[in-house]
Amino acid sequence: MRLGYKIAARFLKSNLGQTFLIVLGIAIGVSVQIFIGSLIQGLQKSLIAKTIGNSPQITITSVTNDKKIKEYDQLVADIKSADSRIEKVSVADDNAAFLESGTNSQSILVRGFNIQDADAIYNFIGRLKEGTYPQNDNEIILGIDLKDEYNLALDDVVTLTTPAQKAVKCKIVGFYDLQVSSINKSWAITTLTTSQNMFETNNTVTSIEIQVSSASAFAADAIALKVSDTLNQSDLKVDNWKDANAQLLSGLQGQSISSLMIQVFVLISVVLGIASVLAITVMQKSKQIGILKAMGIKNSSTSYIFLFEGLILGFFGAALGILLGLGLAFSFTKFAVNADGTPVVALYISYPFIITSGFIAIAASVIASFIPALKSSKLNPIDIIRNN
Amino acid sequence: MGSILELKGINKIYGEEIKTQVLYDIDVSFEQGSFNSIIGQSGSGKSTLLNIMGTLDKPSTGDVYINGSNVKKLSGNQLAALRNKTMGFVFQFHYLLPEFTAIENVLMPYEIQYGKISSQIREKAEEYMKLVGLENVKDNLATKMSGGQQQRTAIARALINDPKIILADEPTGNLDSDSTENIYEMLRNINEKFGTTFIIITHDKRIAEKADRIIEIKDGRINMDLTR
Repeated sequence: MRLGYKIAARFLKSNLGQTFLIVLGIAIGVSVQIFIGSLIQGLQKSLIAKTIGNSPQITITSVTNDKKIKEYDQLVADIKSADSRIEKVSVADDNAAFLESGTNSQSILVRGFNIQDADAIYNFIGRLKEGTYPQNDNEIILGIDLKDEYNLALDDVVTLTTPAQKAVKCKIVGFYDLQVSSINKSWAITTLTTSQNMFETNNTVTSIEIQVSSASAFAADAIALKVSDTLNQSDLKVDNWKDANAQLLSGLQGQSISSLMIQVFVLISVVLGIASVLAITVMQKSKQIGILKAMGIKNSSTSYIFLFEGLILGFFGAALGILLGLGLAFSFTKFAVNADGTPVVALYISYPFIITSGFIAIAASVIASFIPALKSSKLNPIDIIRNN
Repeated sequence: MGSILELKGINKIYGEEIKTQVLYDIDVSFEQGSFNSIIGQSGSGKSTLLNIMGTLDKPSTGDVYINGSNVKKLSGNQLAALRNKTMGFVFQFHYLLPEFTAIENVLMPYEIQYGKISSQIREKAEEYMKLVGLENVKDNLATKMSGGQQQRTAIARALINDPKIILADEPTGNLDSDSTENIYEMLRNINEKFGTTFIIITHDKRIAEKADRIIEIKDGRINMDLTR
């Protein structure tokens, strides 16, 4: 083994130009793999973050006639203990109402939250464009789109009329922008107490919203099932984002598969490249192998020479490829930027993925060197000596 | 002294469809410590004979005994180990490994057999380099030496594992007459100093005449076997 390594290293060193070319070939394969992998993963992460990052992933609603959930404090406590991956739980009391401002009116969804809990999911405090968040009774915030449409301003008072024809005057304390126009136009966010008083809901809520840890976003369906089992109430319905976004998921899956295909083909071309170059090396070095065999080297030892060549080439190819791939990724995020300086596509640099790619390249190089290794072990010294 | 190498009834036929017989019923044995030369015209089969003696080639029929044991019974790896320990080869085209320095080439058979190079064996290798007059170029790459230097390196390499037999195929084939003379003096010295058996193919009459025994091969048969 030791001798095999020594001879392999010497063979590679004696023809540095050729060695460098092979290493570069492997490196380019690895860097393309890392770049494409990071790109696709980055695309998927940003797509998922945009889709479900600031919204609940599991929603519990009631299937009773009045759609109301009672004794929700106990339910929230149960939900929090149902699964360790559940990070944020927030109750919401949602009711439709009419918003009247001067002569204009439109229907609106009044959402009563425990503001801090709901903010953990929706981040609307961070996305307030003006003013502050509702802290006292009869304070609401509206979307930025409504502000423009009705020419509203902070501290304006609007009238909300409930389906029971009860009119409540509310003060606008802020304008939010959740970056979805339909939400910006239709949600009036207020405190839970305000909503419960306004609609006389008797200390009930209409839904409980759950966000799981970002790493478990794709396990939302399993977690939802667990929550459903824990609560074990037939009048509660547990929904999760995966069921609601089947099309997005199949799109992501398609993307993952095509990314995998690209990576597999890159890998195949790297393997074929190494195998063919090493096969030529066996021809180049057949004289040396013949001499070594005449001197009594074992067939297995000559195989080690080529396996080690594969290992060395794979190692340096992977190392250089990782550097190239990271360089490519960083320059891509640095130079392909939007007007505001954020990258067009946020790459996701996953070190486990990069290290795995490196190891796959090394393994592929060693596998590719099996053919020449086998060939060298079959080489008969007499053929070399007889033919000079 | 007993025989170290013995060939019995060796026939060698090349080719599958068109068969060419190169050796016919060769029976010959060599005594330990003897200095033998094999002469013959090109194409007479002497190189084939040497390769069969060296277990590099297999006879079509017949047996090769080295140190009294039949090599037919040995596996590929056992044969390789036998070659490594008991035989040293010097070929016409010297066959050094061009990627290694002269002294690394000399140490190679030892490294194949034992793995690690001790300081003792390194000293021994340097001594052999001195013996063949190459102590000044021992760290040169094999390709950076003259033909004569390369051939002498090959001889030092053949000696490193203290083989009982050295097989040489035209070891001075492409050297000038002065170098040829030097190399033969050296081989003779080694033969006397270490008691190594030499079997040397040559076409140089002057050299052949210096051997203890001259065997002439003609058309695949032993035509003459002369012991002085």
